[in-house]
Formats: sequence, C-alpha cells, structure tokens
Amino acid sequence: MTQPLLQVRDLVVRFGGRGKSATTVIDGVSFDLASGETLSLVGESGSGKTTIGRAILGLAPVTSGSIGFRGQTISGVSRARRRELARDLQVVFQDPYSSLNPSMTVGDILVEPLAAAGVAGGRARVRELLDAVGLPTDAAARYPREFSGGQRQRVAIARALALDPAVIVCDEPTSALDVTTQARVLRLFKDIQQATGVAYLFISHDLGVVNQISDRIAVLHHGKIVEIGDARQVATAPRHEYTRRLHMAAPVADPAKQRERRELRQALPAEGRS
Amino acid sequence: MTENPRRGVLVRLLRNPQGAICLVYLLLVVLVAVTSPWLAPTGPSVTELDATSAPPFTAGHLLGGDGAGRDILSRLMWGSRQTVLACLIILAVSVVTGVLSGLAAGFYRGRFEAGASFVADVIMSLPGVVLLIALYALTGPNIPVAMAAFGLILAPTYYRLVRSVVLGVRNELYVDAARVVGLPDLRIVGRHVLWAVRAPVIIQSSFVLASGIGIEAGISFLGLGDPAAASWGIVLQESFNGIYNNPTAVVWPALVISLTILALVLLGNALSDVLQASARSKPLSPRARRAVLKAARREEVEEDSILVGSSDDVVLSIRALRVAYPVGGEIREVVHGVDLDVRRGEIHGLVGESGSGKSQVAFSTLGILPREALILGGSVLLGGDDLLEDGVKMRAARGRRIAYVPQEPMSNLDPSFTIGKQLAYGLRAVTSLSAQQARERLVELLTRVGINDPGRVMGLYPHEISGGMAQRVLICGAVAADPDVIVADEPTTALDVTVQAEVLELLRELSRERGLAMILVTHNLGVVADLCDVVSVMKEGRIVERADVETLFESPREAYTKELLSSSRSVELMEIQP
Repeated sequence: MTQPLLQVRDLVVRFGGRGKSATTVIDGVSFDLASGETLSLVGESGSGKTTIGRAILGLAPVTSGSIGFRGQTISGVSRARRRELARDLQVVFQDPYSSLNPSMTVGDILVEPLAAAGVAGGRARVRELLDAVGLPTDAAARYPREFSGGQRQRVAIARALALDPAVIVCDEPTSALDVTTQARVLRLFKDIQQATGVAYLFISHDLGVVNQISDRIAVLHHGKIVEIGDARQVATAPRHEYTRRLHMAAPVADPAKQRERRELRQALPAEGRS
Repeated sequence: MTENPRRGVLVRLLRNPQGAICLVYLLLVVLVAVTSPWLAPTGPSVTELDATSAPPFTAGHLLGGDGAGRDILSRLMWGSRQTVLACLIILAVSVVTGVLSGLAAGFYRGRFEAGASFVADVIMSLPGVVLLIALYALTGPNIPVAMAAFGLILAPTYYRLVRSVVLGVRNELYVDAARVVGLPDLRIVGRHVLWAVRAPVIIQSSFVLASGIGIEAGISFLGLGDPAAASWGIVLQESFNGIYNNPTAVVWPALVISLTILALVLLGNALSDVLQASARSKPLSPRARRAVLKAARREEVEEDSILVGSSDDVVLSIRALRVAYPVGGEIREVVHGVDLDVRRGEIHGLVGESGSGKSQVAFSTLGILPREALILGGSVLLGGDDLLEDGVKMRAARGRRIAYVPQEPMSNLDPSFTIGKQLAYGLRAVTSLSAQQARERLVELLTRVGINDPGRVMGLYPHEISGGMAQRVLICGAVAADPDVIVADEPTTALDVTVQAEVLELLRELSRERGLAMILVTHNLGVVADLCDVVSVMKEGRIVERADVETLFESPREAYTKELLSSSRSVELMEIQP
C-alpha cells in the first residue's frame, strides 16, 4: 500500500493546566487518511471529534502523539510551516454564519487565501470557484448576509477549494442546514471529490449523513475510537455496542420502521440515563 | 436591509435628529477654531479700557468684556483652538496606546496580556487630576504635555474595551478560517479583528473627548493652564475672579463648555444607536401599529367565518392566523392564515424548513412573539376563549393551561438560581401551592421525567447538569401545573441522538398518561415519524399538507412533502443486519 496522506498516531489532547486538573479530550487516537478518500469521524457532543479536526489544522494543541502529512510531522510546527500547509489542508466549518466575516464581500473572502499564498490572477480563479460550487458570478460583489445558510456554506466550500488542497476537514458542514439544502450540499461535496480527488475528513454527529458520504467510518466515544472500518460494515453490521446504540437512536422518516427500531432500542441494555 | 454598511453609517447618523444636531454643532466648533484668526473680532489679548467688565450686548462686544478689558467672544473663539488641540492630543495618545495594546493583549494573550492588564489596572486606580497637578510641578504650564499625559491615563479604557472585543472575535470561526487559509497574524488583525473593534472605539472616543474637554477646562480653571494663552477654562477662571463686577461673564464660557460636552455625549449615544443597531426589523410606533392592525381587521371581516367542524375533544384551535413583521418601511406577512386543531392526547407535528413560519405559529399560541411582530388576524381558541383577543386571558392560560418546552434547554434556565428554586418559582406563580407542597410535587415529577436523584438535582445550578438533563427539567417545569396543551419548539434539536431518543420517549409517555395535547415544531422528519399522530407541513407561511402520520409518510400528496421526504431519506440509515 502507498503511504497514507494523513497519518494520526496516538494523538492525545489535553486542555486546562497540567497534571490532574487537565481534561483529556482525545485519548490516544490513531488513523490514516488515504488520498481521495472520505473518512468520517462520528460521535456525540464531547466525544472529541471536533478537537481532532482542529488539532490537524493546528488550531488545537497536541499534547502527545503525532500527526503526519505526506510523511512529514505537522504537529507542533512553526507558524511559517503552518502557512505553507494552508495549500494542502483546508477546512469547512459547521456554522456558515460565523465562519464568513460579515464585513467582507464574497469576492474578498475568496481572494484572501489566494493572496495569502501569493497566487496571481485571483479574480479569474474566484469566478471558477463560484462556478464550481454552483453560485452565480455576481455573488462575488455581495455580502454574506445576502445569502441563505446553504449558499453561505457553498461560499465556505469555495474558500476551502481555492488553493486546491489535498485534504479538507469538514466539521459538521451540514448540521446547520435544512434537510433539502443538506442533501444538495452533500451532493456538492461528492461532485467536488470526483472532480478534484480531494480527501475529506468528515466530522459529524449524524450517522446517517456520514453513511451517505463516507468510504470509511470511525466512531468516537469519550475521546477514543471504539470502532473503525468500511462504511458499509459500520453502518449495517456495527461491531461495537456503542455504535449499535448510536445507530438505533437515530430516528428514521418512516413511522412503521421507526416503531420497530424503537422497540428494538428499548430492548438494548441501557447505559444509564443522561 | 440592503444598505451599504460603509456609506450607511454617516447617512443614518445624519437622519437621526439628535446625531445630526450634535455633529453640526461640533463641526461648527472645529470650524471656529480653525478660522478664529480671521473671524474673531479682536486678537486674544487685545485690551480696551472701555470694555473693562462691559456687560453683554455692548457695541462691539457681543458677550461683553472681561476684567482686563478683553473681548470675551474673541477670547472664547481663540480658546476653542486650544480645546480642539487638546482633544486631538488626548485622542491620538489614548487611541494609539490603548487600541494597539488591547489588540495585542486580546489576540496573543499570554504574558503580554497579564502585564498590560496589570499596568492598565494600576493606571485606572490613579486619580487623574491629582496626577496632572503633580505633573505641573515638573513641566510648568504646558497644556500639550498635560493632555498627552491625560491621554495615557485614559488609554486603559480603550485597552479594556478593545481587549474584551478581541477576546470575543478571536474565537469567531472566520478568524480560525483565516488562520487555516494561511494569513499572517498582522493581516488577520488588520482585516478581521480591527473591523470588529471599530464601532466600539468610535463610540468610546466621543465620551473620552467629552471628559477631555472637562479636564482641560478644569486644570485651566485651577490655574494650571498657560495664563498667556486663551482657553475656555482660563476665560472661565478670569470671569469667575471678576464675578462681582460682571456676573454674566461666567455664563458664556460655562455655556460653551457644557454644550460641547453635552454634544459629544449625545453624539456618542447617537453613534452607538446607529453603529450597533441590528439589521433586524424595529418595532413600529404605537400609532403606526394601530393603523396597520385596523386596516388588517377591516380586510378580515369578509374572509373570516370559515368555521372548521371541530369535535368536542379539540383542546386548542388556531384559526386564520396571520403574522407579519415591519421590514424596511413595509409590512411583510410571514404566516398567511394558518388553521390548526389539536385534540386531547394528540401530538401534532408542525414540520417545515427554516423560514417556513412554523415557530411563528408556535410563538403566537403562547403569546411570546417578539415585540415588533404584528398579529394581523385570526384567533387561538383554548376552551372557548380567544387568547389573541385578550391579553389577560393569554396570561392566565400561559403556564397553567398551555405550556412551553423550548429548543435550547440551557439558555432557558437562569444560571444564577438552582434548579429547585426556579422550578418552584414557576410553579408557585401559577398555583396556590405552599413552598413545601410545591417541592413535594416537583420531586415527584422530576422522578417521573427520569431524574434519579431529584433532591440533589434541585440543589444544583444549571451549569452543573447536562443538556439532556436540563431538557428533562424544563419538561418537568412545563407539565408541573398540569396544562392541557404543550407547545414544544424543536425540543430535541440541541441534544445528542441518544439523548434525543430518551426525551422523545418521555414526551410520548407524558402525552399518553396525562392526555396532554402537544404541538411539536420540528424540521426533523425522523422525530415526526417517531412521535407524532398528525402532521402539518408548512412552507412559506402556509400549511401545504396535513394528514395523519402514516398517510403522510406513505403517500404524500404535495411535491414539497415528497422533496422533504426524499432529502431526509437520502441520509437515512440502512438496516442493521442481524
């Protein structure tokens, strides 16, 4: 097998002080991401899924363990090296409202990464990008607030694509969107992957969303990966008891099926109430 | 509103009468300061024996003369130069030091922040005027140096302001995005952070200037100014010394100083109204509101009278409900005549995407629409009473007969009271229970909603419990007064799926046990399939389809319902293989 694009080994992230007062958010997580692949991290709030993404992007501190990109360690590197990595590692955040600066036009938002990397011909590239995410060209002159949530998320995707990265960390990119919009944005993610061969690290709390987009799925619980495997296997034949419970808890849009699932779920041994 | 924010500020400021008047007055002061060498009737120190202590309105001396025979009007005009200069020095020194250190401290934090905050605290605890008097001993009468020193004394106000704004902004996702995109820090601060501190700094500046004028006048009045020069404070001091010969002379400098300070403070208020006004719609004036409502009622007479055949077990009926908001001068209707019945023990799902008006319907039934909302027509009937007609009946029903389970459990609990206190407070507001009885009832109910150790939980503060537990507490609060109807607005959206499943289970059980009717507002069709008996699908302010839950999911009629279903099923789970 060729070398993986992204290699996370025994990652530990602790917040808040040293020694006993620290909270361990990520507790020894390891996985690989191959080029052009979609790996999803699923978990509930507090499972640490977002922190893993932020650690890869250099936005959260790495306490121990390592993160490698194309064979080179990228955890704990200098700011200058980080800026170089911007060409390869990009992000789409959950909230399309606070991830776009309200005082900048869409054009300025999209030019920013190009200018930072010193790429010439920014404006022509902006047109390409808007086209790639299905926004009209005149969007460049408008402000984020003139767009709906789904359209804003398209702007954020266009910004992530600007430098033609190898990996995009997608942190709950559809959870703030309406269902119909969510379906369209997920399709856009797939289309982009087919066209550019980008790899996604897709972070979500929704096993359904993840199941639709992933090649592989990792299930996180209390900062540890409890199950990782082929998407179909994790979604249809979960091995771990927690994955099973997560699966059964998600309601499906069919009253009869949902009733069956409910009864099955209630038959599962309870973990104790929240 | 689609106004360009950059050009909009000045235009909006000038449209605000208070802002416009203050701005014009202040510009006038600056203009006089610049042009006084040419406009002033005489020089600042020209003396005329005739004018000695002359009363106002004597020929050639509009405001009279001072004890040394100098024209007061001229001296005030010349004095404005020193005031404007003092203001510029104070502003430049305090803004540059305060804003820069605040930006650095807020953005980088760490040791610099600790050190800078300590210095700022020390400076703020020093008495400014006393410090300036001490400075006089070193520098003599030197207003520019004194003002620069005062600028440093004021810098901590900017430092604190900017630092706190930056602390908020550095956690915004767009700043993270800028980092990931590879922008250097200087660009991030210049492009993303500076923009956010702009408005508060401008507002703060007008208050700083007001206090600067007061201080400049004050130290001149104390005799620490340059006696050879003219300034408002010196004119005031000299007029004060001659108050027995010419009492009116003190009025003019005092008036000029007070008006200028007043103008700056009022301008600051106007600026903060303009800069910090949200783009959201503002409430109409009471008169405009009455006119709109009256016009809407007149229209309504013809169409209202569709009485839907309602059976006896209907608990709550909504009829022809129309809700509107004033948006930029016009009235935009967001709910166009919604009818809805909920029966005893029935869970009625109100489904739609954002902007469909589903929450507006829920808020109308509870009478908790935002202040600017206009109910153009329709009724909410609960046991024969129209709650929309009568505010008293609405208040009597709310909490007693109709209760609310909100979307964000945490923000609906008051962080400064224990769970037990706020539950008991709510319960005793709507019943005549004693504190002891209320506590007993709540312990019983908390156990019922699945809280294992109710006695302990009642003594906890909201931040000590999980989101799922908070939602159970709120459900307990909603059912405590034994209502007929519960309106639940996305009650599980903020919760994890495993917790969501348990909360849905609880809502179902409560509805069964107590014959509770429920309006469940949600965007999640899975939740609907799990919980609801009847479903109304809303789109653009109208109910487009209504059916019992099996029919709706099996054979949806409307294209929109089909689209919702297929989108929702596209991210659905496959069955687990046994």
